[in-house]
This record gives sequence, structure tokens and C-alpha cells, in this order.
Amino acid sequence: MNQRTPLIIFAALMAVIPFIPGIPPFWIVLLNNIGLAALVAMGLVLLTGVGGLTSFGQAAFCGFGAYTTAVLTTAYDVSPWLTLPLSLLVSGIAAVLLGIITVRLSGHYLPLGTIAWGIGLFYLFSKLEFLGRNDGISGIPPLSIGTFRMLDPGTIYFAIWIAVLVSALLTMNLLDSRTGRAIRALRRGHIAGEAFGVQTPRAKLLVFVYAAVLAGLSGWLYAHFQRAANPTPFGAHAGIEYLFIAVVGGAGYVWGAVLGAGIVVILKEILQSYLPYIFGGQSQLETIVFGILLVVLLQLAPTGVWPWLMSRLPIKPARKTPVSSLPLATPVRAQASSDVLLQIEKARKQFGGVIAVNDVSFDVRAREIVALIGPNGAGKSTTFNLITGVLTTTGGAISVLGRKVDNAPPQEVVKLGVARTFQHVKLVPDMTVLENVAIGAHLRGSSGAISSMFRLDRADEAKLLAEAARQIERVGLGDQIDQLAGSLSLGQQRIVEIARALCVDPLLLLLDEPAAGLRHMEKQRLAALLRQLRDGGMSVLLVEHDMGFVMDLADRVVVLDFGTKIAEGTPSQIKTNPDVIKAYLGATA
Amino acid sequence: MNTTIMLFLVQDGITNGAIYALLGLALVLVFAVTRVILIPQGEFVTYGALSYAMLATGQVPGTVWLAMAMGIAAFGFDLFDARRSLRLKRILRSLVFNVVMPAAILALTYRLAGPKTPIAVNIALSLLIVAAIGLYLYRLAFQPIAHTSVLVLLIASVGCHLALQGLGLVFFGAEGLRGPALSNAALTIGPLRFTGQSLAVYGLTVAFIIALWLFFGFTLMGKALRATAVNRLGARLVGIRTTLSGQIAFLLASLIGAISGILIVPITTLYYDTGFLIGLKGFIAAIIGGLVSYPLTAVAALLVGSVEAFSSFYASNFKEVIVFTLILPVLMLRSLAAPEVEEEKD
Repeated sequence: MNQRTPLIIFAALMAVIPFIPGIPPFWIVLLNNIGLAALVAMGLVLLTGVGGLTSFGQAAFCGFGAYTTAVLTTAYDVSPWLTLPLSLLVSGIAAVLLGIITVRLSGHYLPLGTIAWGIGLFYLFSKLEFLGRNDGISGIPPLSIGTFRMLDPGTIYFAIWIAVLVSALLTMNLLDSRTGRAIRALRRGHIAGEAFGVQTPRAKLLVFVYAAVLAGLSGWLYAHFQRAANPTPFGAHAGIEYLFIAVVGGAGYVWGAVLGAGIVVILKEILQSYLPYIFGGQSQLETIVFGILLVVLLQLAPTGVWPWLMSRLPIKPARKTPVSSLPLATPVRAQASSDVLLQIEKARKQFGGVIAVNDVSFDVRAREIVALIGPNGAGKSTTFNLITGVLTTTGGAISVLGRKVDNAPPQEVVKLGVARTFQHVKLVPDMTVLENVAIGAHLRGSSGAISSMFRLDRADEAKLLAEAARQIERVGLGDQIDQLAGSLSLGQQRIVEIARALCVDPLLLLLDEPAAGLRHMEKQRLAALLRQLRDGGMSVLLVEHDMGFVMDLADRVVVLDFGTKIAEGTPSQIKTNPDVIKAYLGATA
Repeated sequence: MNTTIMLFLVQDGITNGAIYALLGLALVLVFAVTRVILIPQGEFVTYGALSYAMLATGQVPGTVWLAMAMGIAAFGFDLFDARRSLRLKRILRSLVFNVVMPAAILALTYRLAGPKTPIAVNIALSLLIVAAIGLYLYRLAFQPIAHTSVLVLLIASVGCHLALQGLGLVFFGAEGLRGPALSNAALTIGPLRFTGQSLAVYGLTVAFIIALWLFFGFTLMGKALRATAVNRLGARLVGIRTTLSGQIAFLLASLIGAISGILIVPITTLYYDTGFLIGLKGFIAAIIGGLVSYPLTAVAALLVGSVEAFSSFYASNFKEVIVFTLILPVLMLRSLAAPEVEEEKD
């Protein structure tokens, strides 16, 4: 089944609904409300469900959209169609300003911060004179095309649902792209994405603004649907409700937003109209039942209704297999001036009083496999983090190809051709192997958010996916290419990380315990692959505990103990070095 | 502005700030232990305050029936969870804890409630009722989803807030209530008049901060709670009952909320929905404190209270705007000062 087919069916269905004879006009109003809520929730799907940034403040962005058009159309007689771009622009600018402050906040600061400015903006809307204070602004002109004025709910219905469908399409396009993969990687922490050149703060700001613009669109439509704007629908409770909608529908799914909007709007309507009949005229009863139902729903389906429905659907959407013959241009990089690829001189890292890496010096030359070994806590992974810019050095110098990289951000280090894997696997579990690996090729593509929304990135995208597919084939995981990364064994996930690093087309590959969790045969295959890479011109620096694996494979071995280098040499020299034996087996051995 | 007005505003700010500090502490506590951002904290405030106010007029508040109903539901949840290993001892324990206890509170309330009941008894009754509600709220709403993400917990928390606020209207009506002051003593120093009520506010806040500090720093239970906060699985592996930790956190939070409510209801009229805004201001303090530090939260709460007092004097229209935007510079400082280090959280 084509991915577009369900969308076309849904669009056709929505187009027919208003023409069904005898359909109550009230249903159309409800559908309009669903569409308006779905727009905001869709932004939240991207922001919260996919990007992991929780915002309670989306209603305030609706307010920006609605008030912009309300003020301009009533006080300055601007045409509603002209105010559309302005409404979106105002919401977008507000989002940039608020986003710069809040988006960098991690974890729970962000949702709390958004509650705070959400409420602050609500009070601002209700106190400002030119926004009509608590009464708001009324008499907003309807949308009109020529002499056709969209006065009744049945006509603006089309404007609202076209907006919903177009936004859904654009959002899905965005998610299924180079930028989309960077956004989807945000939720799992920033280190992995940044190691492959993703500018995390920029990606976060992008989704934040995107969500705000969708909310602004909803606000603009709302203003012309209600023909009035007052502060109430843009307050804290509305903001909370939009988040509800996204979570109830399924926070990671674009259609979850539409479904969630349907569930919540209809549920509230039913509760409001029927509960008083059952229980008499108790006011606020619907809020009580609504709150309780919400908690129950979350306990039954914590991931939302949409994924729950989808897993029960017999038809699975087909995936396109990438054409692995499409070539991807090799990145242009500075050429090595000498034989030395990586030079570490007296690198030092202190965490408070603990010296994790103590003036360590060694180098990695071209076409060489160097192993970094040492007991647990010797500072091996810290050294990796210093090289790749995840941590900043306390002292000393690290240079790649003669260029100093100590204290350069990870995104710059990877540009020089240094790619890495992680000791604790950092894949996005709910993305496929192919998509995970394609993150590695992030810097080798150039399409941005706008071009991917309008599908102008397809040529670029096909090349990136082809490269990813080739690297997956190369590490021997061709059969798992469409599986979710989280469903693989830990050993296989490590291999996926290697494929992702290979997508950088690196000069130097840093592998942090690549053989952990692999079976004997798999280790041999890995060793063969690494030798083949070296013979192809790549250098490898690896941390590993499996001595048999290391001694067979490495050209040189560097031994760390308690952060200090205690030995360096060929495997045979290291095997007989008394200091190394002492470090591993204790003094009496 | 003259000094008298300024001193008066400062005093007002400190009194409000002390309440926000209490609520901020409770929020930090609950978040640290259970990862729940406790939006219904405000409802604990109103439930405590309005139950006390109703008891003071000799009426039995509806909250006591809510505690009973929630207890019975919690018993049902326990039975359902234990359906594969129904042991008499376990059932009995749950029965005592979830049904007998609220029934006893219910009976006690009906027995003691009356227009002549002493203030202390009314306070004790309202605290008992709200504490029971807090305890069962954790069992019913959060314990079954304790393992899920902060976001899901947050949404559930909002659901609880809506339900409890709606119930608040049913129990207490749309009219605001005021309760009798804890003491009518007053003390005058220079131009300032300290009422017994405001002194009680200061005293209890300080006492709570010290008590929490002692509890978390020096008792095994407190340390267990902190361990749960850092790593749930790890805590379970060393034998800490994380469910118990959650219950204790909610118990403390509901108690603190109810006490705050009882402290302010003689000063200002509270409505069934006032709690939300009060709770949010506690939030601001908690956020400024970074959701981790108790002393910092307390200081921040005093700041929030003072800003509120001064802005209500100078720009009363924009009071809320000022208080809630106060957070932005703080957040900005925090994001500049502390680089993100969290990883792999979901």
C-alpha cells in the first residue's frame, strides 16, 4: 500500500462529509473544532512526541495568530488573506524569542518554563488595551474569496481541513527526511546526533518554531471562524488540553494528533451535553469525568490510541527499498600534511579532584589499527570523549591532521573525518536500522527543512539512503535493514553503530568496545571488516576488553591505567610488559 | 512610596512567599521521588483550607466522602493487582489501610464536627482527610503508571487536577470561604503589626524546611526516598520499596498543601479553583530552585512573594504577568550557566 493512499482516502472522506444530506450543522462545528485542535496538536507531535520537548504554551501561540489578524483586520482593515502570513510570522518570531530562552533547558525545566510564560502571555492578552482586555476583539471579518464569504461553519470547514491535511502532509514529509531524522534523534539525547554533525540547538529551535507556526495558523483560522478573539481559549488550560490531545492520540504520530483531537473534542461534547441529563444539573461534572477518563486512558494505553490502533491493523505500510547503486560524493576534506592522523599531546581531564586522563600522549598514523586498552576506569572512554569534543580538555593538545581540535565542538571534529561509536549504544530505538545509519551521513547531505517539506530533497535523500544501505550491507546487517534498531540484540546494535560511523566516510574510526556482546564468529567477521577498512586507507582507534581480539587485530597497543599511559608498543611487546601484567593481574602475579 | 508602605509590602510578600515556599518544597519533594510534576498540589491547598473552613462552621465537608470513595477504589486496585496470589494477610492489610482507615476518619469527622469544635480538632481532621486523599491519589492515578515517561505522568497529573478541581466545586460550591484565624494574638513592632496568623506562617515554614532537611539528610527513610529519586531500579534492587517511597512523598505533599491552605484561609478568601494559581506560584519558586534544592526554593519563594506584593501595588493589572515572566531571566541564567548533561532519558 502506498503511503499516500490513506491520506487521499481520508481527504476524500472529509470532503464528502458536509454534503451528506441531513447532517446536523452542529457536527460541522465540531469537526471544525477538531481540525483547529488537530493543527496545534500536530505541532506538539513534532515538538513533544518526536523531539521530546514538552510545551504547555502552545495556546499562547494560537493567541498570537488570532490577535494579529484580529487587530489588523478590525483596526486597520487589512484583508484576512494578507494577515495570514503576518499571523504566522508573529507566532514564529514569538517562538524564536521564547525558544532561544527555553529550548536549551533540559528535561523538566522546559515544560515548567512553558507553563510559566504560557500563563504570563495569557494575562498579557487579557490586560492589554489594544487587544480589548478581557472582552477581546469582535467583529472580525470572515474569510472571503471574491464575493464568496465564508460565513457559516460549513464553508470555513474547507479552509480548516485543507489546512489540516496540507500541514499533515508537510509534517510527514519533514519527518521522513535528513532534517527529520535529526529531529527524531533529539529525544534520545544530543550526544549521538552531534557526533555526526547535527546542530542540536538549531534542530530544537526549528521544531519549536514549526510547532508555533502551526499553532499560529490554528489561531488565525479560529479568529475568522469565531469572528472574535478573547483571551480564554489561549490560556493555561487550553495549552494543557492541546498536550492532552497529542498524548491521548499518540504523541509520536502525526495522525495521532487528528485522532486525539477527535477523541477529546467529541468526548468533551458528549460529557457536556449528556452528563447533566444523567446526574442532574451539577455543573463542572464533565470536568471531573473528563479528568478521570484521561487518567484511565493513560493507564490503559500510555503510548496513545493511534499506535494501539495501528498495531491491530492487518495491513502494514510498505517501505521503499533504497537503490544502493546511487553514488554519494565523497566529502572534500583537508589533506594530511604528514603521516600522523591523530596526535594527542599531554591530554588531561580533571573532574573536580579526580584526574580521569593524566597527561596522556600517543598518536594514530594513516592505515593503522591502534588499540587503547586498560582496566575499567582507566580513562579510555574519557579519552574518546576528549578526541571527539564531547568533553573539553583541562590541558594538553589534541590535533587531527595537524589541526587543533581540543575544545572544538563534536560537529567540527566529525567534519575532519573522525567518526565514532559509543560504549553505551546510542541509537534511536524506534527508528529503523536504515534511518539510524543514515544519520551518519547527515553532513553529506544538504537539504534543509523547507525543501524536505515540499519534497524537493528526494534526489539528495535517495543518495543518502543508498549510502546508508551500502554501509549496512558492508557490516553484514542487510537482512535487518528495515527492523527497528531497538529490536536488535546489543551486539548487532553495536554493529549498526559502526555502519553509522562508516557513513561519515571517515579517515579515522573510533570504536568504543565494538566486540562486546558479539559471538565468536561475529567477532571474526568484525576483525576481518576492520582489516579490510585499514587496507582501504582508514585508521581505527579502538577500546576493547577482549584481549584475543585486540592482540590479533591491532598494529599498536596503548595501555592506560588510572588515567596514565603505562605502555605502548606492538601486541607482542605489550603481552610481555611487566607494568601491563601488573596493572591487569595485580602486583603478585 | 514611604517606608511604612514598603515595610508593609515586604511583610505581605514574605507571608505569601512563605506559603509558596512550602508548596515549592512539596513539589520538589514529589518530583524528586516520583518524577510527577504535581499539578494537583493546588487542590490539596484548597481542600485543606475549605475543609477546615467548613468544619469551622460545623458542617461536614464532602472531602471526607471523597477520601472514603478513593480508599475503596484503592482497595479494589490492590485486589486486582493481587488477583493471582490472594493471601489473607495481604488483603487484610490493604483492607485496614484503604477501607477501615478512611471509614474511621469519616466516623470521627461526623462524631466531632459541630459549631463548637475547637480549632485544633478541626485542623487535625482536615489534615487527616487531605492526607488520606493524597495517599490514595498516588495509589489510584500514579502507581500503575510509575514506570512511564515524565510526560505521561504530567498529563495524568493534569487529569487529576481537573477531576479534583471539579469535585472541589461540588464539595464547596462556587462561593469563596474564609476560616477562623489560628490565633488572635498580635504584636506591634514600630509601624508593623504582626498577627499571630502571619507569625504561624513564618514559624511553620521554617519548621518544615528544617524538618525536611533533617528527614532527607539524616534518616534512613529519607535517604531511601532520595535513592528512589536517583534510580528507581537501583533502589528496588537494594530493597527499597519504591511504591512506599511514592506514597510517602504524596502523603507529605498533601499534608504540606493542606497546612498551607489552613494557614492562608484566614487571611484571604479561597475559592474552589484558587489552588491552581497558588500552586503555580509555588512552581515558579520550585523551578527557580531547579527542582532539586530546598533552601534555594525557599529563597526563590520569598522573592516571588515579594515581587507579587510590590507589583500588585505598582501595576496591579500586570501582577500575574510580572510574576510569571519573572521566570524567564532565571531560566535564561540557568541555561547559560549549566550545560545540559542529561542523556538517555525518556
